[in-house]
Amino acid sequence: MITRLILIFMLAFAPMSAAFAVEPDEMLDDPVLEARARDVSRQLRCVVCQNQDIDSSNAGIARDMRLLVRERLVAGDTNDEVLEFMVARYGNFVLLRPPFNSQTYLLWFAPLALALAAGGIGISVIWQVRRKNAHPDDLTAAEDAAIQALLDADAEDEPQS
Amino acid sequence: MKRLLFASPVLISLIFGGFFLWGLDPERDPSAIPSVLISRPAPEFSLPEVAGTGVPGFSRGDLESNPEPVVVNVFASWCVPCRAEHAVLTRMVEEDGVRLFGINYQDEPEDAARWLAELGNPYERIGSDLEGRVALEWGLTGVPETFIVGGDGTVLYKYVGPVVGETAIREFTTALEQARREGTS
Repeated sequence: MITRLILIFMLAFAPMSAAFAVEPDEMLDDPVLEARARDVSRQLRCVVCQNQDIDSSNAGIARDMRLLVRERLVAGDTNDEVLEFMVARYGNFVLLRPPFNSQTYLLWFAPLALALAAGGIGISVIWQVRRKNAHPDDLTAAEDAAIQALLDADAEDEPQS
Repeated sequence: MKRLLFASPVLISLIFGGFFLWGLDPERDPSAIPSVLISRPAPEFSLPEVAGTGVPGFSRGDLESNPEPVVVNVFASWCVPCRAEHAVLTRMVEEDGVRLFGINYQDEPEDAARWLAELGNPYERIGSDLEGRVALEWGLTGVPETFIVGGDGTVLYKYVGPVVGETAIREFTTALEQARREGTS
């Protein structure tokens, strides 16, 4: 019973705890800009509590970064320009979603390449085994040719007998 | 082809082993954030003095034409490790003639002045970053953080966390010596 109560409490407050990080005094008056600020904040990594976005982080620096995001948006930056502004100061690390460029090709393509390689090896092994099992006593081309030569020789001999 | 297939388990385990070896290396800090500022010019900023400390504030211009590297330390009176680091920095200034600038991060001027009056002030200049806005320009991830800025204003090195303890001090002084050598050559 008590565990159930605790669970109910935790679940009831779980969605709120994430929304609590952005405090009312930080928010912009313009709802459109504020929505964009929230969107940009969700793409930026908190540098203190890594693996959390700044939108849901209570860290002091996360708050400063949120204010900076809003400052840039009010100054007329696009969402991408704000992200670039942060990357210029904190590097690609600050983006929760790694960018797609020459430095990260390995990161993006490695899973696909590994899957293809594994699939290729697997298929070739299965294929080889299958072929062997289907015709276990197949003769080689050379052996076939030898037999054919014998048969031909036999056929030439026949009229005389 | 077949031989390659037989060798593949060995090859795969070697690759994985190498990866694990890298991952388990105690020297590797997985939460370390590479700084983009290294070997780039110091960010544009201008900080007022901290009232009551008696030393001027500074801006990027003050970092651009120095005969030797300058150490820029981000500190705050509310930061506990800064207290321990303060002694190390003071010793560097007094014994090695290091030029030390301070960025007072999100700190009330009275608190900072009281803190420095109590512990002594090794800083040649102190800028007050009350809002913490300039610290973001420096790519700050926490307090304290210490930068070595070359005589021409290029950021040469960054140390995250307090420069306290033998390993940290050795690492930092090595970087500083290297910066000084490069500056004079």
